[in-house]
Amino acid sequence: MPSDVIPSAFGQVLYGSKYKLRQTRGTFGLGGKMAVLYGQITTHGQTRIISSTGTSKMCEYILMMDIQKNRPIVLKHKIHNNKSRWHGTIVEFTTEADYPRAMPKILDYLKQTAIVVPYANLTFVDPRGRLYKFERATTQMPKPPTETSPHPHGIDIETLKRMIEATKSRTMRDFMRRHFQRVGETTAKKFLKFADVGERKNPRKLSQDEIVRLVNAIKRYDGFLSPDASCLSPLGIELLKTGIRKELNPEFVAVHQRRPAAYSGFPFIVEVGVAYGGEIPVTDRILLYRFANRIPLLFDEASDVSYKVTNELMNWRHYKVLPDAPIAVFVHICSLKIPYKTVGKEFIADRPEVEHEVLNALREVARQLAIFLSRKHHMEREKKRLDVFSKYLPKIAAFSARLAGKEKIPDVKKLLRSIAKYVEEGSEEGEGAEGSD
Amino acid sequence: MSRKEAKRAKEPKGAIKERKLKVLNSLQEFGAKIYGQIASGDFPSVKMPSRSINNIFYDQKLRQYILGNKSVRRSSRNIRHIRPLTQLVWTGMFVDELTRQSKTSTLRDVFYSAQAYEMSFTDQQESDNLITDLETVIGYSREDFNVFPEERSAIFGDLTVEYTLPGYEGRRLNLTSHPDGMMIGPALTSAEFISCKADKVIAIEKGGLFTRFIEENVHKRHKALLIHTAGQAPRATRGFLRRLNQELELPVYIFTDGDPWGMHIAMVIISGSANAAHLRDLNTPDAKWFGVYATDIVEYKLPSDKLTELDIKRLYELKRDPRYEGKLWNREIETFIKIKKKAEQEAFSRYGLTYIVDEYLPTKLEMASSE
Repeated sequence: MPSDVIPSAFGQVLYGSKYKLRQTRGTFGLGGKMAVLYGQITTHGQTRIISSTGTSKMCEYILMMDIQKNRPIVLKHKIHNNKSRWHGTIVEFTTEADYPRAMPKILDYLKQTAIVVPYANLTFVDPRGRLYKFERATTQMPKPPTETSPHPHGIDIETLKRMIEATKSRTMRDFMRRHFQRVGETTAKKFLKFADVGERKNPRKLSQDEIVRLVNAIKRYDGFLSPDASCLSPLGIELLKTGIRKELNPEFVAVHQRRPAAYSGFPFIVEVGVAYGGEIPVTDRILLYRFANRIPLLFDEASDVSYKVTNELMNWRHYKVLPDAPIAVFVHICSLKIPYKTVGKEFIADRPEVEHEVLNALREVARQLAIFLSRKHHMEREKKRLDVFSKYLPKIAAFSARLAGKEKIPDVKKLLRSIAKYVEEGSEEGEGAEGSD
Repeated sequence: MSRKEAKRAKEPKGAIKERKLKVLNSLQEFGAKIYGQIASGDFPSVKMPSRSINNIFYDQKLRQYILGNKSVRRSSRNIRHIRPLTQLVWTGMFVDELTRQSKTSTLRDVFYSAQAYEMSFTDQQESDNLITDLETVIGYSREDFNVFPEERSAIFGDLTVEYTLPGYEGRRLNLTSHPDGMMIGPALTSAEFISCKADKVIAIEKGGLFTRFIEENVHKRHKALLIHTAGQAPRATRGFLRRLNQELELPVYIFTDGDPWGMHIAMVIISGSANAAHLRDLNTPDAKWFGVYATDIVEYKLPSDKLTELDIKRLYELKRDPRYEGKLWNREIETFIKIKKKAEQEAFSRYGLTYIVDEYLPTKLEMASSE
């Protein structure tokens, strides 16, 4: 973290790196500051921050917040040498909390974070002195998002006005091309004709009314290309699989990433996983892990779009999943703007576009699960078959020898071999059939 | 009765021993067949007549139910058959040893013994079915291979038998020795007949009347062996009645309550049951039912009860039953339906306790023997 932004980043509410068009963990830059603030108002403690970007210098700050003026108070600022070129940020503060009550959620949060950020080492020493370690299972990281200009459908009147104030464009045609993503010469011309706005009109000369009409026209126009998803940073199927395997050690995992989609001009990508067996517990429901922009969502599960898809729209029986199966579903939605239903940011709204993507993604992994399950059942059936023959044939041989008054018990190995051969043939056939569909 | 059997009847000694050998042979053959199949690399299997309802037919000549041509195959190649087949072979082995050692056991014993061989039957029904399968395969009834149900019927009369049971071999007993009668159990059914002063057998449904007959010296006065069937005669008793009839050439008379159920007790002794269609030698085709008839109820003005709905339903069933052919049966069924009454054997006590022995029995015997 650059040294000069540290006081504001930790001591000024609403200051942040979030006001750009790319996928970020937070939205408004509140989380870190709120933690610091809460620590300060409950213990009147100070916050110590040590950070380096890996240069030869390392900075140390001791801060408090001026709550009335919304300003950081720097109590101490020191520059240290950083011989080892350490790279990172340390934040220390004291806060009051009800740990026994919060513990389950905190541990859930860490575990789920470990799933969705499998390339991170997480260490947690809790107030009782217990050490929790979540070790990284990979050093691969997803590609970071790139910043992008807005998509026309994602614009509102306020934003458009701000853009017009700041633009250097002299014509509307140039304005459209320069400030919106995936709008070129042709699209700009076509749209301006549709909106009945002159191509050569100076954007700064647009009246209030014209701006409102322009935004309404943008909303109605369906000729824009769908939003560019390069501003998103999905986890990717390999990393998601790694995370699930690492934390839940299931017998089977299938993951799937949907192609980018959009709602209201905001691109989003849905990634899902389904895991079966192994250390996944058997419960009377399907375990659901929800993530938004790589952050676990822990509360209000039943209101979430993924819950609706998993429990109401999916017909699991169709995929050979029985009601008491050890199964977990993972849904990661990353977007420029996650469609949270409330400001609490705990659950995602069931917008049709999102619901559709989650459902289709889940169907895809469920299909793979169904193939796995039917193969597994087939193998189990065949194994049971062989077990039955192995149990009874030797008995028949022994009993019949005694009944016939013979000393020597006849050999059933040949018969068992022919059954085992049949089992192998059977399973190969099964695989062939599955491979073809 | 065939000539051969008639000849044997005159020389009773050895009939039991001979039969036991046949049973053991049959069991060993079954074992050898399975053994041979495995030895030559085939999945062992066994074929036997189907006992399903559509394969049970009434044979007019044999005057009993028999199985038709349909057969079923139990093959160890089939996952659903391998367990029952194993159980069948085990059961064969188990009863073979029983028979060799002249030990008896019950159906319940079989159920439990299997557990020692990790061959547990799921329930008693399964093990009972297996015993029936084995009967079908080897063609002998379970009493022949020493599996007995609980015994409850008894015999009394001037018949001397010689036990073949281990520990009692050669010991002889006259069946008048005990005034309560002797239980028809494994020891008696495996005994050889030595000498018999009786010239007929009377099978009686009810225990009270059996005792009365003994008290009133019916066995002496009518030179009869008395048998208490205790309701529906157990198979061992049915087999024993047949031996008395075939080996000793004694006519058999059956005396039951005057209702459709009593009538059917007689019929099962005469023509066997559909359940035993896979077996021979359990029925006594020449045995005769001599009462209580429906016509007796009218003739003797016996105290009677009204037939219940169930009784009447049963009568219509019997009417359709192929075993109930012939004038006597038709007449009695029709009379029951007409008078809608039934009477117990004890009903004769209305005319004094000995009336049945002094008056009714002689009349009936005379009628029966003159037929």
